Amino acid sequence: MARTAAKPKSKIGETDNQFVPRQWVIERNARETHDTFTITLRPRDGKIGCNFACGQFNMLYLFGTGEVPISISGDPSRPERLIHTIRAVGTVTQAMARLKTGDIIGVRGPFGIGWPVEEASGYDLVIIAGGIGLAPLRPVIYQALQKRSDFGRVVLLYGSRTPDDLLYRRELEKWRARLDVEVLVTVDRALSDWRGNVGVVTKLIAKAGFDPLHAIAMVCGPEIMMRFTATELLARGVPKENVYLSMERNMRCGIGLCGHCQMGPTFICKSGPVYRYDYIKDMLTRREI
Amino acid sequence: METLEPLLAEHPFFKGLEPHHIRLLVGCASNVRYNPGEFLFREGEEANKFFVIRYGKVSVEVYQPQKGPITIQTLGEGDVLGWSWLVSPYQWRFDARAMELTRAIALDGKCLRGKCEDDHGLGYELLKRFAGMIADRLEATRVQLLDIYGTHCGKTKK
Repeated sequence: MARTAAKPKSKIGETDNQFVPRQWVIERNARETHDTFTITLRPRDGKIGCNFACGQFNMLYLFGTGEVPISISGDPSRPERLIHTIRAVGTVTQAMARLKTGDIIGVRGPFGIGWPVEEASGYDLVIIAGGIGLAPLRPVIYQALQKRSDFGRVVLLYGSRTPDDLLYRRELEKWRARLDVEVLVTVDRALSDWRGNVGVVTKLIAKAGFDPLHAIAMVCGPEIMMRFTATELLARGVPKENVYLSMERNMRCGIGLCGHCQMGPTFICKSGPVYRYDYIKDMLTRREI
Repeated sequence: METLEPLLAEHPFFKGLEPHHIRLLVGCASNVRYNPGEFLFREGEEANKFFVIRYGKVSVEVYQPQKGPITIQTLGEGDVLGWSWLVSPYQWRFDARAMELTRAIALDGKCLRGKCEDDHGLGYELLKRFAGMIADRLEATRVQLLDIYGTHCGKTKK
């Protein structure tokens, strides 16, 4: 069944009008990989930041160029700063990659329904990310580590194209060094100087230590990767109602009015981007959607 | 004397095999150990065994001139390595190299092929297992070939 939208803790717009962007200042623009960068923002007006739930997204507006939906990848317990990891693939995001400290950007949001982190309390938490899909899941990792005792085993499985495409490398190493988190990383291709795993991320599922019957899985990545991952999770015995996927479509308005991000009977910006697998399973294989 | 029988019987790949089939396998099995960097087999060599990895990590590689070896897959504890012993002309198509100290059970392919000819029941059971493994690897390879994390796969480019 569809999950209902949680009431936002606060609005970040200067008015209640969700179409009006609030101005934020670029505090830092750091390169992650050859085509991906992370911007850190602080509110220009110096007022309260942005309370968001893990998995929600903002509409980032580069004035004069365009607006893009980008997941929030920062720490939810630090709302004074907004952090977004962006892949430079089109006109707007390529222009954003050139932003410098002090530049201004417009932000609307946060929008959508995020990951069921509170519902996962008491369960093994299995986080599976592919490529830039790690960005919307990083807030979950932050939260899980801050409230580590709330969960059973915490497992992060991460797949990337090559070792050079891995996001948040230092953090990955830090998380892997912990004794209470299992971190498995794989890449699709590598030269022989790579000492880690090579193969698809779905192959890590069988190797990870978690109790499938008492696990909640949160999956984000390309849609093909999520389909195969969900199949593999079910094969291992994870109930389909415990698998969550984050969907991506052409989000525009962010509030379920324009219809650009319609998927079947839902608008992803409003009913998603995070869905329970059993709710969207049939839609994933329907080509017209 | 301790034999490899319990190790093979407990391995998921051989799960469900009749005890007498396990005993036939044990007759073709030996314990092996490879140091880091050591090759388990090399492309073009006769494929006369397969491995059940007990410990360690192995990379399956292909050598590309001017670029060096490219890793196409890594296998670890519990994985089964090698199926060229089963398919004529019984030649390895890739290199396999230990990335770290690796211990495995090596099963002699020539010996097994002979036993499978004598006992078609064993042959069928092994083929079922290897067909599953090959299908699994084929599916994974297809997903790898899709290059799903590449920029051309992005749905929206803004």
